[in-house]
Amino acid sequence: MQANRIFFSNHYLFRSSFVHSFTDPYFQMNHNLLKVSHLTKQFGEIKAVDDLSFSMDKGFIYGFLGQNGAGKSTTIRMLLDLIRPDEGSIEIFGMELKKHRNEIMRQVGAIIERPDLYKYLSAWEHLKMFATMSGIKYKRAQLMEQLALVGLAERAHSKVKTYSQGMKQRLGIAIALVHDPALVILDEPTNGLDPQGIADMRNLILSLCHEKGKTVLVSSHLLSEVELIADSMLIIDRGRKLVEGKVNELFDPSEHLCELITSDNATAIEKIRSSALGVYLKEEREEAILLKAPKEQVPLLVKQLVEMDIPVLSLHTRHSLEDYFLSLTTKRDAASSVKN
Amino acid sequence: MLLPLLRIELYKIFRRPRTYISFGAIAAIVWLVQIALKFDGPAYIDLLLNNIKESFLINADLKHKILNGYLICFVILNTILIQMPLLVALVAGDSIAGEANMGTLRLSMTKPIGRTQYILVKFLASVIYTVMLLVWMALLALFGSMLIFGTNDLIVMRSDSIEQMRAYDVVWRYLAAFCYAAVALSAVAALAFLLSVLAENSIGPIIATMSIIIVFTILSEMNIPIYDETVKPWLFTTHMVAWKGFFYVKTDAEGVTIDGSIQNLPAIFRSLSILLGYIILFAGTATWIFRKKDILS
Repeated sequence: MQANRIFFSNHYLFRSSFVHSFTDPYFQMNHNLLKVSHLTKQFGEIKAVDDLSFSMDKGFIYGFLGQNGAGKSTTIRMLLDLIRPDEGSIEIFGMELKKHRNEIMRQVGAIIERPDLYKYLSAWEHLKMFATMSGIKYKRAQLMEQLALVGLAERAHSKVKTYSQGMKQRLGIAIALVHDPALVILDEPTNGLDPQGIADMRNLILSLCHEKGKTVLVSSHLLSEVELIADSMLIIDRGRKLVEGKVNELFDPSEHLCELITSDNATAIEKIRSSALGVYLKEEREEAILLKAPKEQVPLLVKQLVEMDIPVLSLHTRHSLEDYFLSLTTKRDAASSVKN
Repeated sequence: MLLPLLRIELYKIFRRPRTYISFGAIAAIVWLVQIALKFDGPAYIDLLLNNIKESFLINADLKHKILNGYLICFVILNTILIQMPLLVALVAGDSIAGEANMGTLRLSMTKPIGRTQYILVKFLASVIYTVMLLVWMALLALFGSMLIFGTNDLIVMRSDSIEQMRAYDVVWRYLAAFCYAAVALSAVAALAFLLSVLAENSIGPIIATMSIIIVFTILSEMNIPIYDETVKPWLFTTHMVAWKGFFYVKTDAEGVTIDGSIQNLPAIFRSLSILLGYIILFAGTATWIFRKKDILS
């Protein structure tokens, strides 16, 4: 455990001496680090990703949210060129992934779902092997230092089959970061970790971004985790984008999200839009109307809705990202069930 | 980048305990044959010369001369080269499918390595493993037998004749035969490799490779005229045993063996080119599929 603390401490985290990619001309300019346009992928009859577009700026933590099966892993695999999209394009560092794959991958580090490793090799052998595969020149001391930073120095020569899940996850991170990438993609990085491991991972992600200047894309279905670390987020459901934006814009703790259900939503929307309440209108959906208002305005809002003769059936206020996420996704499920 | 990657692949192959099963199996078979023939060699020679013992006078001294290291190696080659495809498929079939099964394929594929480069290196590593198995077999079967049984002229029995090669005219034939066997087994490796690209666990490609070889071998051995002309000449299994051609020699007008001769060299080259064609076909198809494949494991 002591070793874990060293690994995730803010001061020592991956003090790499490798040539840093931030010296590249790209990083001197200010444009999207990652740009995805109209990405679509279909497996048989199932559309895993459907016309998905989003972009990421450098130096931020980007939360990628969605329920299991929403299309997060498929999207991430497309970003890493593991899966070829049926349609759409991906640009990373201003280069098209299709044409400049290797150039891009030199600056990308990733963990996809869980770090599956060679059970018959040691951590040291793994790091050496993947450093070579990443095309970097390394010295023994550098790799040993990295292993020490992930708390695996003492077990550097033990076979991975003797490691715990947490140790494997830490080795996976060391492998992902061995070449000092500018963009780090973590797909469900907290899977299988205990609470301490989850907290350590959270600190690591924050440190990577805020101290090392890396851009991090982290996917998760644990919304509470993402809420704590992400600057921006993208929520997808059934392969389609639901919302994208900065967390503090999408979710302001001082504001409440009010989910309004009336007996005639279409008329209610018309009335709200033509009134002063129009400014609170966030989203119009078949099954509910979402209004976003400061906490202290909520009672007034209710009063005005009644005064406008809007037949209110229910009004729920939500204030966490998770609630917001659920309101976006589960209602869609409910609506489709009703339709079916 | 190709060489460092190849070193990594070979390192992975030779760090796996499973790899050494093949080396152990070969050693076990070779030693068992050598031990058996060391103690009961003359009885084996009697069996071998059963058809001609009424036409020739075969005394104990002649039996002793026939039972030499070269003959033992020939016997071992006949036995082991039938089993070798399984040992080759164990590694080649596992090459991509095993990585997919372990989940390490996706980790490797997030590194700046082109898919063609990756698959080429994987295939080369399988071929090198195959060659190393053959070198191991050569060391044990040829040089080991030479040490244990000594050397003399090599007598090879055929259905319609007896081939005799002088002791000094044998070693190069074995080297050529081992080189040929390397190509033949590389064709097996290429087939297992192709099937490995299509699967996500290694058992499937290994079993499928062996099934294909068994079916093809049965077809190759069947004496059905329609197959003899249409199917058999194109089955790679038909050409896998063409290494024996290096031990079939020409004779002069008096029936005396011509040193350094090969009875039908063009047939060996034809078989060799068909095997190379299969290797290119299998490895090329594997590369084409892998380049387009979605890595979902």
